[in-house]
Amino acid sequence: MNIFIKSSSCISPQQTFGAPFLTEPISYNSNFLKAIEPSYGNILDPKLIRRMSRIIRMGVATAITCLKQSGVTNPDAIVTGTAYGCLEDTGIFLGSLIKQNEEMLSPTAFIQSTHNTVGAQIALMLKCNGYNNTFVHRGFSFESALLDSIMLLQEGETKNVLVGAVDEITEASFAILNRFGLYKQQHPSNLSLFDAKSKGTIGGEGAAFFLLSFEHSENDHAQIDGLSTFYKPASGKDVANKIIEFVVAHGLSLPDIDVIITGRNGDGENDKVYDYLQENVFINNAVINYKHLCGEYPTAASFAMWFASSILQAGQLPPAVNYNMDTQIKKILIYNNYLGIHHSLILLSAIKQY
Amino acid sequence: MDLTKNISPVFVAGLGAVSAIGNNVAECLLSLTNYKAGMDAIEYLQTLHKNTLPVAEVKLSNAELAALTGMDHRTSRTALLSMMAAKEALLDCGLENNPSLRIGFISANTVGGMDKTEQFYASFLVDKNKGKLLDIVNHECGKVTELVADALGINAYVSTISTACSSSANAIFFAARLIKHGMLDVAIAGGTDSLTKFTLNGFNTLMILDKEFCKPFDDNRQGLNLGEGAGYVVLVSKKVAALLQKTPYCELTGYCNKNDAYHQTASSPDGTGSYLAMQGALALSGLQPGDIDYINLHGTGTQNNDFAEATAIKRLFDPLYPAMSSTKSFTGHTLGASGGIEAVFSVLSVNRDIIYPNLRLQTSMHEFPFSAETALSNNRGVKNVLSNSFGFGGNCTSLIFSKITA
Repeated sequence: MNIFIKSSSCISPQQTFGAPFLTEPISYNSNFLKAIEPSYGNILDPKLIRRMSRIIRMGVATAITCLKQSGVTNPDAIVTGTAYGCLEDTGIFLGSLIKQNEEMLSPTAFIQSTHNTVGAQIALMLKCNGYNNTFVHRGFSFESALLDSIMLLQEGETKNVLVGAVDEITEASFAILNRFGLYKQQHPSNLSLFDAKSKGTIGGEGAAFFLLSFEHSENDHAQIDGLSTFYKPASGKDVANKIIEFVVAHGLSLPDIDVIITGRNGDGENDKVYDYLQENVFINNAVINYKHLCGEYPTAASFAMWFASSILQAGQLPPAVNYNMDTQIKKILIYNNYLGIHHSLILLSAIKQY
Repeated sequence: MDLTKNISPVFVAGLGAVSAIGNNVAECLLSLTNYKAGMDAIEYLQTLHKNTLPVAEVKLSNAELAALTGMDHRTSRTALLSMMAAKEALLDCGLENNPSLRIGFISANTVGGMDKTEQFYASFLVDKNKGKLLDIVNHECGKVTELVADALGINAYVSTISTACSSSANAIFFAARLIKHGMLDVAIAGGTDSLTKFTLNGFNTLMILDKEFCKPFDDNRQGLNLGEGAGYVVLVSKKVAALLQKTPYCELTGYCNKNDAYHQTASSPDGTGSYLAMQGALALSGLQPGDIDYINLHGTGTQNNDFAEATAIKRLFDPLYPAMSSTKSFTGHTLGASGGIEAVFSVLSVNRDIIYPNLRLQTSMHEFPFSAETALSNNRGVKNVLSNSFGFGGNCTSLIFSKITA
């Protein structure tokens, strides 16, 4: 079965929302890339915006915008991935609980702290009674949501799925993850993230939603040909074998892939597997990266899928990617890993002329 | 791909549960059949509400849970409870030493490692460099799942779902589909949640906690009691069912997930989401409303839930009502674990022809022409059981467990 990406929407640390496709990358001198929030006035009711935390605003705005662009009035299913969930509201409720010693608490932050808040708010806004699910499995949150969506479409009763992922970084979560040694202590520009093999990466956040359908229409962006995840693979060689198996299972060989997008994040240790693959597997492939644009976060693969689907729609790489290719790009493989634990492959291809 | 149930049925081959009424499935069943509720004054959770709000705690300390599971006692109670039940379920199905099978672990929870995060955060709030990192390292919902998957040696597929109080019903639903799609041979599916100050205070601010033991589906119900625990079913494909040393408990014949799309925390008065979920599960199973012998209600004991759920039941079943009861009158509301624990109870119901009593029911809800069961029954045939799980965010999921037909 063919699965089409009818539309997509993305809020990220780059100009990705309602802007031309990555003409000029934004440079930051920080170890945390903050998402650029649009003015939501045209998308959401101002009364609602005030009540929403950042993650809810970002998630709902990308979902609603994506749906609008697809021409679909109401999806049959809404599937969301988020690793951390609503951190801001969780932090607010937890903070007041501790400071006020469990007394005189307001329910608002608690109500909005559950991990399914974004998916629920989208359903509420659309009055969508359809299937609604939220996956919260760390670096597999988006991939699980995507797998669920693909299965729903394959099962035949669901024609359209609105699927996406969203994660936010808060001051507290950044401070904690920083103590775990996740982030670089120097602050080079994100655009030179891959130059130094120093320890740590740069944090990121964002939201990306997609409208998937098994029905083809004229303005589809791309199609999804395959998805695979593997948990804690034994070695780089094991990863390499799984990638080759995946490509072969889809009737392809590596030279058929025009561009490989990898989840390199600038941490020397983390990137060893990418080095190994580039030397041993992706030898003759064009390989590009994306985490210098959006930062590292557990659902960053959703940014990568937005990136890949936009490249396939355009047929070429955007100016922000410093890579010259003269052929039209028809097949992209995304290989991502999060903390070396969660590895995923997403295979996309350009829309064929039917 | 044809995914209708006749082509690729999914069977329940193993069960595991821990709750306030028992540390394993047999103990839980004994309490259920002896009308023994698990609520009590708070013993383990350190909270201001210790002597005012009853809860249904698992009657084991973290150190005792660690000793029973072989896990680190400093880990989150959510993971310790999960391990208790997941390990029991895996051993129960007898497939643990079968390396050729692709075994997955799909677990749900809503609090993750919040029980430990609460301790961390108190120090962290004073100074951002304070707080033991060991107390926050397992904060994420997915990390709780991984601790257990790793301890059980499961790596073919792991995932975590969090849709508030319907979380583990959705985990079972998702796991069944992974099997039908040929991605897994075996899936341990369900969920876990431990009691935390975060959830206790959260529900308390919503003013839906009963200061007495809860009375689901009673006209004078005053709210819910929070509980904790974990519950898992082991789902297997037809091919794997043939490898078992025993007959599977039952078949999972129906499931459906719908959204109420009415309010972030409240259910719609006409029970739209619950109605659609039950109706969808029936349609998938190919059953008529009259084929359902027992409904394991979501039945939290709040005014709002029980009214919406009863309304949906009336819309779907009137005038012939199946037997129904809320086992939350025993276990309290275990949130992300409730769908898993109640799936275990539903499987035992269909497997052993047991209909559980709904404790403390004195006056039936005056708006409805039916009532929950007050007495245990084990002499009525139970062919099909409907299990309801509804949650915040309008998430409504219904599952149907059926006797295996030759």
